Amino acid sequence: MIRRNLPLLAVLLALWPLGLGLERVLNGYYLQIAVLIGINIILAASLNLINGVTGQFSLGHAGFLAVGAYVSAFTSLALGLTSSVLLPLPLLVGGTAAALAGLAVGVPTLRLRGDYLAIATLGFGEIIRVIILNTNAVGGARGLGGIPTLAGFGAVFACAVLCVVALWRLVYSPRGSAFFAIREDEVAAAAMGIDTTRHKILAFTIGAFWAGVAGGLLAHFIGYLHTNSFTFLRSVEIVVMVVLGGLGSLTGCILAAAILTILPEALRFGAEYRMVIYALLLIAIMLTRPSGLMGGREILPWRSWSSTPAR
Amino acid sequence: MDQLAQQLVNGLAWGSIYALIALGYTMVYGVLRLINFAHGDVYMIGAMSAFYFAHWLGLADAPSLFGFVVVMGLAMLTCALLGALIERAAYRPLRRQPRWAMLTTAIGVSMLLEYGGQALFGPDPKFFPQLIASAPALRLGGAVVTNIDLLIFGVSLALMLGLRWLVYGTRVGMALRAVSVNVDAASLMGINVNTIIAMTFMIGSALAAAAGAMVGLRNPKIEPLMGLMPGIKAFVAAVLGGIGNFPGAVAGGLLMGVTETLVAAYISSTYRDAVAFVILIAVLLVRPAGLFGTVTVEKV
Repeated sequence: MIRRNLPLLAVLLALWPLGLGLERVLNGYYLQIAVLIGINIILAASLNLINGVTGQFSLGHAGFLAVGAYVSAFTSLALGLTSSVLLPLPLLVGGTAAALAGLAVGVPTLRLRGDYLAIATLGFGEIIRVIILNTNAVGGARGLGGIPTLAGFGAVFACAVLCVVALWRLVYSPRGSAFFAIREDEVAAAAMGIDTTRHKILAFTIGAFWAGVAGGLLAHFIGYLHTNSFTFLRSVEIVVMVVLGGLGSLTGCILAAAILTILPEALRFGAEYRMVIYALLLIAIMLTRPSGLMGGREILPWRSWSSTPAR
Repeated sequence: MDQLAQQLVNGLAWGSIYALIALGYTMVYGVLRLINFAHGDVYMIGAMSAFYFAHWLGLADAPSLFGFVVVMGLAMLTCALLGALIERAAYRPLRRQPRWAMLTTAIGVSMLLEYGGQALFGPDPKFFPQLIASAPALRLGGAVVTNIDLLIFGVSLALMLGLRWLVYGTRVGMALRAVSVNVDAASLMGINVNTIIAMTFMIGSALAAAAGAMVGLRNPKIEPLMGLMPGIKAFVAAVLGGIGNFPGAVAGGLLMGVTETLVAAYISSTYRDAVAFVILIAVLLVRPAGLFGTVTVEKV
């Protein structure tokens, strides 16, 4: 167990000094982009489990992001946390709250199929946002400020690595094949003895958990939250990352998350046409690579990582 | 009581607008199984082009019903062409590809229209010329119905009846229905699927443009992002009625407009946007295929 996870542990430990070092070297602007890439990787990888691997098209990821962000920020504020060593506590609380929200949303909606599911999750995402907007305990329309900025590059990338490794282990395990089976054909999967409802809810809950962790990181990096950052457009942004990466490809959506975070910044020379160019590029990429950048395959640095080939 | 009646009139006016947009969603969904995310932005382009036509033709200074009809017609034509262009350039190449590819390009097109609109028209709101001066036209149980409300009801009804005639009364409509049942079989029956799909986009976009031009009269502040929320709500309305179902889209749109207005008036305007979704989810839990949709059994 320990030997198997040694490389992972080494990577996580290495991120700590690397993060501290980077924070000295990089200026705030680049550091912020790097941190946002990390957060987007967690979001894309977790949504990939729901949309890409299990094939349940969710358009409400921003809702879980919001739950995680607000709950973890509230936890930090209520406990008066000031040390970044204690950061895992609010992250876990936020992630768990988001997972519970995912469970609450998933149980009734996962009976729906295809576009009906997409629109119901979109609806829940918006409902969550409006509820937060009307909750005065977390600032309501004023937003929630004064959150201790405990998360930096190291914490974000440690979480990103943990998230990706955990999801990789899950997806390319025997249970992972069940998720893929549901995506390919739900009826056939059920006929093979897979408890489809249970697996769909499981995927939804795990995905929501990581979205909540990403929200906690976001809250403790920016230090201020407003419901405007969690609209339906944020969900769409994450969906685009997953589709662009190639539905089901974990490495693909990491790539797409990085590209789509950097692109708007790299296009700043275009001034007011920057987002126009961004949109045109998005359309062009989808027209030339309709199955996404990786088309459901994985970039494999070494073979032993995966026993089941990605489709 | 008077207030309730007034809110109902307001709600029905908004509902008609939603219904017109929802019809475009439902039509496109029927033939392509695509959530056309760019549809709300086509509605924005409709309002914007009506604004520019009114100024170019000098109709803004000489308000008249005739002037509005001309402007609306030109806006509908513009958006019909835009719809055909979008379909040809962004959706047709992906028709045989995974569904989510087309959905993502639809999101891309939506962003293109929004940000392109901001770059082209400027991000600040514009004020739609009052081509028809708002005046109370009739009183119904204490509610004042303005001539603009009447215009919205009349035009929407006329367009819906026209659409009904087109879809159920003509050979083209028969072809359209055939394509929405089965694309391949329709193509084997000698129907030019490309033409029909392009036409679907043109009609849907023209309806959205009409909605956009009429909203300009009622709520004169128009801006490049104005299509975002009505777009989502109209889509929700289409799903509420059972997506792909024409009467369902109209019923969903009206229901959406009325409940939203009532909630904003009697409960809280901040909950206005959430209520649409609460109703949607409640309906979907009881009827998973919408109010008028039929549940299709999945076969292996």
